[in-house]
Amino acid sequence: MNETKEKIMHGVFLLAAVTSIISLILIVVFIFTGGLPMMLDYGVFDFIFGTTWNQTTFGILPMIVGSILVTIGAIVLGVPIGVSTAIFMAEFCPPKLYSFLKPAVNLMAGIPSIVYGFFALRIIVPWIRNSFGGPGNSMLAAILLLGVMILPTIIALSESAIRSVPRSYYSGSIALGATQERSIFNVLVPAAKSGIFSSVVLGVGRAIGETMAVVMVAGNQPIMPRGLTQGVRTLTTNIVLEMAYASGQHREALIATGVVLFVFIMIINTTFLIVKSRGGES
Amino acid sequence: MSSKLLKGLVYASTLFTFGILGYLIFYILFNGVAYLTPSLFEWEYSTDNVSLMPALITTLYVVLGTLLIATPIGVFTGFYLVDYANRNNPVVKAISIATDTLAGIPSIIYGLFGFLFFVVYLEWQFSLAAGIFTVTIMSLPVIIRATEEALIASGMSIRQASYALGAGKLRTLFNVVLPVAMPGILSGVILATGKIIGETAALIFTLGTATQLPQSLFASGRTLSLHMYILSNEGLHVNEAYATAVVLLVFVILINGLSTLISKRLSRGGK
Amino acid sequence: MSTQPKIKVENLKLWYGDFEALHGVDLDIYEKEVTAFIGPSGCGKSTFIKTLNRMNDLVENVKIEGTVELDGKDIYKKKTDLNLLRKKVGMVFQQPNPFPKSIYDNVAYGPRTHGIKKKSELDEIVEKSLRQAAIWDEVKDHLDRNALSISGGQQQRICIARALAVEPEVLLMDEPTSALDPISTAKIEELVAQLKNDYTIVMVTHNMQQASRVSDRTAFFLNGHIIETDTTRKIFTNPSEKETENYISGRFG
Ligand SMILES: Nc1ncnc2c1ncn2[C@@H]1O[C@H](COP(=O)(O)OP(=O)(O)O)[C@@H](O)[C@H]1O
Ligand SMILES: [Mg+2]
Repeated sequence: MNETKEKIMHGVFLLAAVTSIISLILIVVFIFTGGLPMMLDYGVFDFIFGTTWNQTTFGILPMIVGSILVTIGAIVLGVPIGVSTAIFMAEFCPPKLYSFLKPAVNLMAGIPSIVYGFFALRIIVPWIRNSFGGPGNSMLAAILLLGVMILPTIIALSESAIRSVPRSYYSGSIALGATQERSIFNVLVPAAKSGIFSSVVLGVGRAIGETMAVVMVAGNQPIMPRGLTQGVRTLTTNIVLEMAYASGQHREALIATGVVLFVFIMIINTTFLIVKSRGGES
Repeated sequence: MSSKLLKGLVYASTLFTFGILGYLIFYILFNGVAYLTPSLFEWEYSTDNVSLMPALITTLYVVLGTLLIATPIGVFTGFYLVDYANRNNPVVKAISIATDTLAGIPSIIYGLFGFLFFVVYLEWQFSLAAGIFTVTIMSLPVIIRATEEALIASGMSIRQASYALGAGKLRTLFNVVLPVAMPGILSGVILATGKIIGETAALIFTLGTATQLPQSLFASGRTLSLHMYILSNEGLHVNEAYATAVVLLVFVILINGLSTLISKRLSRGGK
Repeated sequence: MSTQPKIKVENLKLWYGDFEALHGVDLDIYEKEVTAFIGPSGCGKSTFIKTLNRMNDLVENVKIEGTVELDGKDIYKKKTDLNLLRKKVGMVFQQPNPFPKSIYDNVAYGPRTHGIKKKSELDEIVEKSLRQAAIWDEVKDHLDRNALSISGGQQQRICIARALAVEPEVLLMDEPTSALDPISTAKIEELVAQLKNDYTIVMVTHNMQQASRVSDRTAFFLNGHIIETDTTRKIFTNPSEKETENYISGRFG
């Protein structure tokens, strides 16, 4: 009887375990069968490299470029700040302060995107409008917003990467007469670079995938980005802006936008996994 | 660059990071608390009171429904990966890759999938069920990873002790390993809860945005985050949007406090 | 030898993947005796003792050949009820490993596993086992305390009580005192001398004095072979093999 119970539960656990695989397969199948036929029908080249998007013409190059530019901007802003904060947390932070800052980083990661978006809408957008002119809802707003939103990801991963560098590196450098700062910046941080790099890759994934916060501040014009203070539309926001009322080929074009986004994400994730496993080897 | 300069950059960045966080929290509370009026908490939503109560309760529905499905599946997956399958088993590799991949997919793709599969293909319409199932898949990787880590950390030695007394796998797992791994699993569940509360992109085309409390699993509703998105998008009820943000923040802070507490207990309790 | 051995091992080979850790071991273990395993570390003592209650089944990629008979029945036969086998052949580990539960629940865990539910019956077993493990007097007033909160030596005796609570016939102990202080060690040695009146005991030790003090019979292991088995007195005074003599006299290991 016990034997049967063990067997049954083994089956139950296996069943639970394949749920993830089945879900992933379903996601891939439904997104791709929903979007690929339209892409093939419309012409993959025209779809990806077309620069016009309206009710009947579906070129998503503006959104691809928008996503890439916004992501690069967020990384340029967020990585130095995030990594520097991580260095502070790992090396300079007094333990008392740390017990406040660590939960604060977790809290930062837990604040809903919608709250970040709203905050940016009320603070960053008017500031841009007043300082640089233009509508305020702009690429710059999206960049500043995402730069902040990826901070917790960058900080958490970089910090643990720095912490996992063997302490002997540090003491070795100190023993050679180097100052604390020098030992940290010239020895510890370079030794943690693969972990820091993987935090950047993950940050790229976050930035390119973020939707609801971006849609609130980016202006969302489906045209080639024309400058930091002008509006921009990304792949994610393209979907959420029009899905509610789209039908026919238009809806399929939005799903196809999802296909392109999915491919981007897969490339980023694979990079992340490779970097992570490389880091694990050394 | 000189070390001194770099050190200055480190301090400035840290100040910026936590300055922004502090400013955001202060700003939301400062602008929102005053609008937490009783009418915002009336049971029925109307365009006059813009009550967030139905959204609050719907959020609880979605969180509970999701955890009810995702927790056993996620925890059982952890059991299978750590205590049942051989490490080199191809199924384990596949599950691992699937879990990592699911963790990296952005919410909007989940939303798109949930819309195509649950809403359209299964004809569930915009509904509680469609929303719950969509965020269930999203939460799985969080719970699976937390369970896996907690099970591994619980160690081989107590398992051996139990087997050596003639206990079977199930009894060992449920009576000896699970109590030890519980805090770790719990912190994964709490993390998932935070994710669900903050979710919008995956829910807007699955749960929909109906203002009333859903009367069945196949009725639409809106969570607090969705409610806030719509309020701020319409631009008519900015004050209520601030107030909703306050409620969301309070939830997130509570949840984070809880998980900090648990992880403190974890490190203090030792093995 | 007039009596039948309690455990009879014949030509036992064990591989971890490609690595052969035991090369055809033969050994008889007799009832109500203490059999000690000695030998340099890495020679296969732990591996061997774990084959006696099939704890090696838990290790991945282990392959085993040969026979281990308990009361004349091969425990590696397909039909063997592993849980019943481990109830009969109990085990105490090198590191004390109490469950993070109360002292009472630790000791009651085994009996509960095997279907005993009545409180009065469990109370009786718990007390008896703790008395047998010579720790009753030290813990009787706080049975509800977490077993992890007491000292290492006490924890190990709780683990012994826990093993005794399922009424095993054989008790396997893998270096049970190597993590303990000398006073706790002495207590456990005393305990072993007591227990052999009722149980068949197999004990791995890296401590030669301990082997000579507590055991009746000793097996000397080297590189996955048993070089020599005999009465403890013979092994320690007049071993037949050169390697045994070298080891006993401290020339290697
Ligand atoms: N799980 C395992 N996988 C592979 N090799 C192992 C494993 N356990 C033990 N060994 C190897 O088997 C040999 C015997 O180990 P062990 O039985 O632990 O020795 P002892 O207890 O006598 O010190 C050693 O060479 C050890 O490295
Ligand atoms: Mg050993």
